[in-house]
Amino acid sequence: MSYAIPGFRHPNLPKNDLGFTTKDYEGAVSTLCAGCGHDSISAAIIEACFELSIPPHHVAKLSGIGCSSKTPTYFLGNSHGFNSVHGRMPAVATGANMANRDLIYIGVSGDGDTASIGMGQFVHSVRRNVDMVYICENNGVYGLTKGQDSATTDIGSKSKKGEPNAMEPIDLCSVALQLGATFVAQSFSGDKHQLVPLIQAAIAHRGFAFINVISPCVTFNNTPGSTKSYDFIRQHMASSNTVDFVPHAEEITTEYAPGTSTSVTMHDGSAINLQKMDPNLDIHSRRSALALMQEYKAQDKVLTGLLFVDEDSQDIHTTMNTTKTPLRALSEKELCPGSAALEKINQSLR
Amino acid sequence: MKREIITNLFVVKFANVNGTGSASANRLFSKAVFRMGVPVSPKNIFPSNIQGLPTWYEVRINENGFLGRRGGIDVVVGMNPQSMERDIGELERGGYFVYDSSKPLDKKMLRDDIDYIGIPFTEICRTEYTDPRQQQLFRNVMYIGSLAALLNIEFDVLTGLITDQFKGKEKLIAPNVHALELGFKYAQEHFDCPIAFRVERRDNVGNKILIDGNSACGLGAVYGGATVSAWYPITPSTSVIDAFARYCRRFRVDPETGEKNFAIVQAEDELAAIGMVIGAAWNGARAFTATSGPGVSLMTEFLGLAYFAEVPTVLIDVQRAGPSTGMPTRTQQSDVLTCAYASHGDTRHICLYPSNPKECFEFTATALDLADRLQTPVIILSDLDLGMNDNMCDPLEWDDTRTYDRGKVFTAEDLDAMEKRFGRYLDVDGDGIPYRTYPGTHPTKGSFFTRGTSKDEYAVYTEAGEKYVANMDRLLRKWDTAKKLVPAPVIRKTKQPCTIGVVYFGTSEAPTLEALYHLEDLHGISLDSLGIKALPFADEIADFIEAHDYVFVVEQNRDAQMRSLLISEFDICPDQLVSLLHYDGSPITARQIRREIRDWILRTTTTPRRRGRK
Ligand SMILES: Cc1ncc(C[n+]2csc(CCOP(=O)(O)OP(=O)(O)O)c2C)c(N)n1
Ligand code: SF4
Ligand SMILES: [Mg+2]
Repeated sequence: MSYAIPGFRHPNLPKNDLGFTTKDYEGAVSTLCAGCGHDSISAAIIEACFELSIPPHHVAKLSGIGCSSKTPTYFLGNSHGFNSVHGRMPAVATGANMANRDLIYIGVSGDGDTASIGMGQFVHSVRRNVDMVYICENNGVYGLTKGQDSATTDIGSKSKKGEPNAMEPIDLCSVALQLGATFVAQSFSGDKHQLVPLIQAAIAHRGFAFINVISPCVTFNNTPGSTKSYDFIRQHMASSNTVDFVPHAEEITTEYAPGTSTSVTMHDGSAINLQKMDPNLDIHSRRSALALMQEYKAQDKVLTGLLFVDEDSQDIHTTMNTTKTPLRALSEKELCPGSAALEKINQSLR
Repeated sequence: MKREIITNLFVVKFANVNGTGSASANRLFSKAVFRMGVPVSPKNIFPSNIQGLPTWYEVRINENGFLGRRGGIDVVVGMNPQSMERDIGELERGGYFVYDSSKPLDKKMLRDDIDYIGIPFTEICRTEYTDPRQQQLFRNVMYIGSLAALLNIEFDVLTGLITDQFKGKEKLIAPNVHALELGFKYAQEHFDCPIAFRVERRDNVGNKILIDGNSACGLGAVYGGATVSAWYPITPSTSVIDAFARYCRRFRVDPETGEKNFAIVQAEDELAAIGMVIGAAWNGARAFTATSGPGVSLMTEFLGLAYFAEVPTVLIDVQRAGPSTGMPTRTQQSDVLTCAYASHGDTRHICLYPSNPKECFEFTATALDLADRLQTPVIILSDLDLGMNDNMCDPLEWDDTRTYDRGKVFTAEDLDAMEKRFGRYLDVDGDGIPYRTYPGTHPTKGSFFTRGTSKDEYAVYTEAGEKYVANMDRLLRKWDTAKKLVPAPVIRKTKQPCTIGVVYFGTSEAPTLEALYHLEDLHGISLDSLGIKALPFADEIADFIEAHDYVFVVEQNRDAQMRSLLISEFDICPDQLVSLLHYDGSPITARQIRREIRDWILRTTTTPRRRGRK
């Protein structure tokens, strides 16, 4: 157990605007291996939601199957959760979103869950631009089935099994960019300072927000020959930008040297402040993001940070022009045409 | 030859080429007979093809109201040279072959026990119209005009239908009526009209309507309050969603803002379609999907999840001939077992078996209630015959005082008032049905984790054997509760006690009831019957079987699936259930049922059969 929750709490635990402490955003005690990257991502989700003062019941958390997909049990215990079937979280999240457009949907998946069995659902949820956060906890291995290579394992990377992988990996961020995802980011489970604001920005984004988080599997893929080990990522990680998320109520206080920073205003008035680490990245250009990712890869580096955002994105409800009221709140009055209308239909069928 | 005049009791079959626009002309014919007050049942027989292959439209005209397929053809309208030989071969003796005589008929097509009526449709069209598309379309309308003369159909009824059809496009009325007249006149001038088969006005349809089962399902989903639908196209279920969309556009769009009170998602496959339905229903919306056999196969993993995690799920399976792609445009009742036990592990699902469009409408609305009440998948098993053909049935009804049964759902107030801990899977009422909450209900109470893994009453993960068993047994209690909520079987008893019964379901209903009528009328054999409307089976079904020495089970599949289901659900001695099967992809006929029952009874009463009793 990597992150056990102590029973005793400091009485002066800080409270957010709603009067909740982080405890109100925690979940059950994790049963993952000590040191598993996935637990750090859960902690980042807890922190992101606490800081944003999101009422816990305004979130619905969904997942597929895998160690990564188990994690929704370990965060946001006051939110409804749905651990569905392997690779099918996107469909369940899409349906849930159709029923109630007012909740925040956080989908958690793994690299096996997303890039293999669930690849079809992943790409189609990108295309639909469902308003949700999609986090792929990518460890380059099938954790729960004990260490098989996954479709994101790099060529030559060696897991505990020892055989170097021979096949081309699927780069999920590139795929998402090419399919028109409206928010694409990459991060590392060990970099809380980058991950927390990215999750917050993803929540604020209206549409499909994809974050590929490299999340080492200490048990099966943290070996010296692995490109998804803690050591490898720490040595090869490069940030495109540092991200600071500013909820709309707050005043912008951070100051950057001129020319090195951008600010993106989201549809709800919140802002993402970015300090550029690489001047070549234009976060409004898919082409620039794709090119830069290729370049870094050629240098054996993993590019992280916010890679692309379209803050004017229109989610699927806007495209479909569904009513502003959550569909699940409609009653007989709005839904049932009644017997007089039925009689007219009968008449037309004679 | 002196011929007997046959009024309102015959079968007309149109042989056409797929994609030539014959469907709407053929529909005009059925509707005209219907409007003359004579019961009619048309059936499309079409290939898995968009253009070029043979397609047929078989219309049974029966003033006594028998609507199943009869078997045998009396009049063929042969507009397709490809299928001509076969079409002529199918005619009963004394039948008529109406054909396009623009080309002479091959000698080998001639039979001496039928009449030939050649009308040069193509030629007339070529002189009347210059546009080739018009030539093709009006040729169809023209043969309907000829039939009107030949079969004595009231011409006014046809023009009335044309006027209705082109409401808003009035320019098209005159040319269509003209085409009807051309056909009518030619037939009248060249043949002795009417021929021996005739339609005569009756008052035998009352206030009945003519609608296809899929439209009725789509409309039932609108009335039943479905707001989310996800689907993947597959014949013969596609028109369920088309109808849902059509009626939603009519009834569920805000006239001012254009905002929609529904969401329809065309999914990437059936796995996604059912996943979306489950997600929406979990989140408190009424949701459904429609598919056919291959789609059901893809949905089975998710159906197991919905059963075990107890998520309301409505699935309409419009069955077609399998296995695999089988005969995708032909009908069967062959998903009975697959639907009953879909998925891995110990699963069983509520199944509803509608027999006519009215039941399609009602069962779809009811399925949405049942799914919410019982928190489990409900599968409606329609079929291609019912779904894609116009069926005559009683008018659809809706009681305006009816409210949606959303089942056991705790609100924020309920949770605040609750002293004990909320247990998602606690059997509070002893009926096996627990209480649920929708996501977003309360900031700190009532949340739970939905999963396909084993859990205790509080939705907490556990692999403790006794907890697992307690949960599985509760699901069986729920199944027992369902028995009392699903549509009841329909039992018809003869006046005298009888030892043989007949069980049927779905589209085998009309031909079975007709066969029973004729068995009594022609052979003096009276049998009791029972129509199964739902699984779980009501106890009356077991009682019915128990009360008879032998029971026929009529079904449209090879493996006698309903019989197997009865045997396994009730622990019945298999010898007691006699299979009556039909599975060539066409709807079962009353003739087949009558003959098989008659022959079996003759055989068994002359050579006594013994059956083992347990
Ligand atoms: C239909 C189906 N096939 C196979 C499995 C077995 N299975 C469970 S988890 C898993 C792989 C998970 O890998 P990943 O998504 O990368 O998650 P991780 O455990 O690495 O976090 C597999 C193959 C399953 N649960 N369902
Ligand atoms: S096996 Fe790997 S992925 Fe699974 S919990 Fe352990 S460290 Fe995490
Ligand atoms: Mg993995």
